[in-house]
Amino acid sequence: MRILVCMKQVPQKDAPLKLNEAGTWIREDVSYEVNEPDAFALEEALRQKEKHTGEVVVVTAGPARASQVLREALAKGADRAIHLEGDAFVGLDAYNTARAIAAVIKDEKFDLIFTGLQSDDYGYAQTGVILAEILGLPHATIIMQIGKTDGGIRVKRELEAGFFQFVDMPLPAVLTIQSGINKLRYATLIGIKQAKMKPMCKVTMAEVQSAVGGNLQKIEKLYVPQKSKNTEFLEGPPAEVAKKLVEKLKNELRVI
Amino acid sequence: MDTILVVVEQREGRLNRISWETITAGQAIAAQTGWTLEAAVVGSGVAAVAGEVAGKKLAKVYDIESARLEPYTPDAFAHALQEFLGKHPAKLVLMPHTYQVRDFVPKLATALQTAAISDVIGYRYEGGKLLFTRQMFQGKFVADVSFAGSGPCFVTFQNGSFRADKVEAGAAAAPVETVNVDVPDGVVRNQPQEVFKETKQAVDLTQADIIVSVGRGIKEQKNIELAKQLADALGGELAASRPICDNGWLPMDRQVGSSGQTVAPKLYLALGISGAIQHLVGMKGSRSVVAINKDSEAPIFEIADYAVVGNLFDIVPPLIEEIKKAKG
Repeated sequence: MRILVCMKQVPQKDAPLKLNEAGTWIREDVSYEVNEPDAFALEEALRQKEKHTGEVVVVTAGPARASQVLREALAKGADRAIHLEGDAFVGLDAYNTARAIAAVIKDEKFDLIFTGLQSDDYGYAQTGVILAEILGLPHATIIMQIGKTDGGIRVKRELEAGFFQFVDMPLPAVLTIQSGINKLRYATLIGIKQAKMKPMCKVTMAEVQSAVGGNLQKIEKLYVPQKSKNTEFLEGPPAEVAKKLVEKLKNELRVI
Repeated sequence: MDTILVVVEQREGRLNRISWETITAGQAIAAQTGWTLEAAVVGSGVAAVAGEVAGKKLAKVYDIESARLEPYTPDAFAHALQEFLGKHPAKLVLMPHTYQVRDFVPKLATALQTAAISDVIGYRYEGGKLLFTRQMFQGKFVADVSFAGSGPCFVTFQNGSFRADKVEAGAAAAPVETVNVDVPDGVVRNQPQEVFKETKQAVDLTQADIIVSVGRGIKEQKNIELAKQLADALGGELAASRPICDNGWLPMDRQVGSSGQTVAPKLYLALGISGAIQHLVGMKGSRSVVAINKDSEAPIFEIADYAVVGNLFDIVPPLIEEIKKAKG
């Protein structure tokens, strides 16, 4: 099984973020980490390879710092990496990111392509599905389990409200992976050493420019959300607070 | 005239209630832009849903039908809507940001060489230009996004961004037109199996009007019973933040938050929930929020209408009694 994993570097979950002066993006002087569902997508690819043999290739689009995500993936067991490298990739919308990745990997004949279900920064939740459409492949989203069948794969999709569904699909296919599908591994010391010997291919924006167009959705302004609520604090001894609250539930919120 | 199309969601022939929110959004945009508002339902044998939707203030409702649209697959849905939009062009196509919509809209938009602005929480119409507001960086920031394409602009709205009960009824029922679409052999590549639940008494919290939700402040599993009594007194459902479900104190299907359900009830009563962003994104669309927490700095208070700073174990028992009294 030859598997491509699309990964992204995003600001750390608890990193305090600041806006740039133009109010168009964040200030880049923060700590970064791998986008969480992408880490699960990589883990799943490594597990599939261990079961069925094959190759795991990781790809990211982003500035030089994003190569850290690829190095970590190589240390965990990925075989090689592709880095669409440059600041110009940061501002691409989901459609163009997918087009750029497709341009680089379209002749590689992967059996499976994984992405995380969405990124912590833009949160489009679209790049994987768009990539599938560009490549003419079937897809399934928010996947919690993958098994091989005679004709292809059977995946378990997470639906809303605690529902799930198995879906049979042919290969090759694109899957977006949900966090928690598996337990993540750590890179071993030997893995980290070996990673240095593994191939990392760099691709510039100039090389994929012909596949990429203008963004169809444009961020005009990024800002801190306004607090919309006037919170009323109810005070007093518990019995009195309970009375006050029930009065609000009855007369203001009208839920009693 | 330009057209706004709302694609409502149905499951097994029943309208997903979140669709009303999308129609509310469509009605608001139509009122400001002067564009024509239409709706469509996609499925097999879903005329009843189209009829239900036609009671709202809409110029027209389309019932897009094919036997291949049941069960849902992204291939069939994208194909059907692509064919439909080819014959009935729309400037804006609005949908709720459900898992199903997330599954097929990026494919549909790409097939039409256009874009979907996803997970939108609001919009502004300024100088003849529509701007859509969406959260970024896990809700730490919001962005105003404009559409620069030439095809239809797809917009998906986050649960709770518009109010279902604000949807305007029509003076008379809107005309319903059945559109049979052809989904040829070979289009549908996935074979979905039956939908199932892993836990026995799974609950759809998105349909609940009142939710009592517990967080780490509940301290022990045995204390869940107290929250349950409060939920029962209010006639609501019991829910929880992630740590409670991870501990196994409540089943995973009662989890609210980014990895659980996104809810927008009339009342969300948060007991001992601090309000981490992963939780807030799942419930901040609630019509009203009441929070009880020991920590006066808890972020949950920032989105609460009514706040009680104090020990929930002191406040909840008399609260249950008062509710019972009020209900007679």
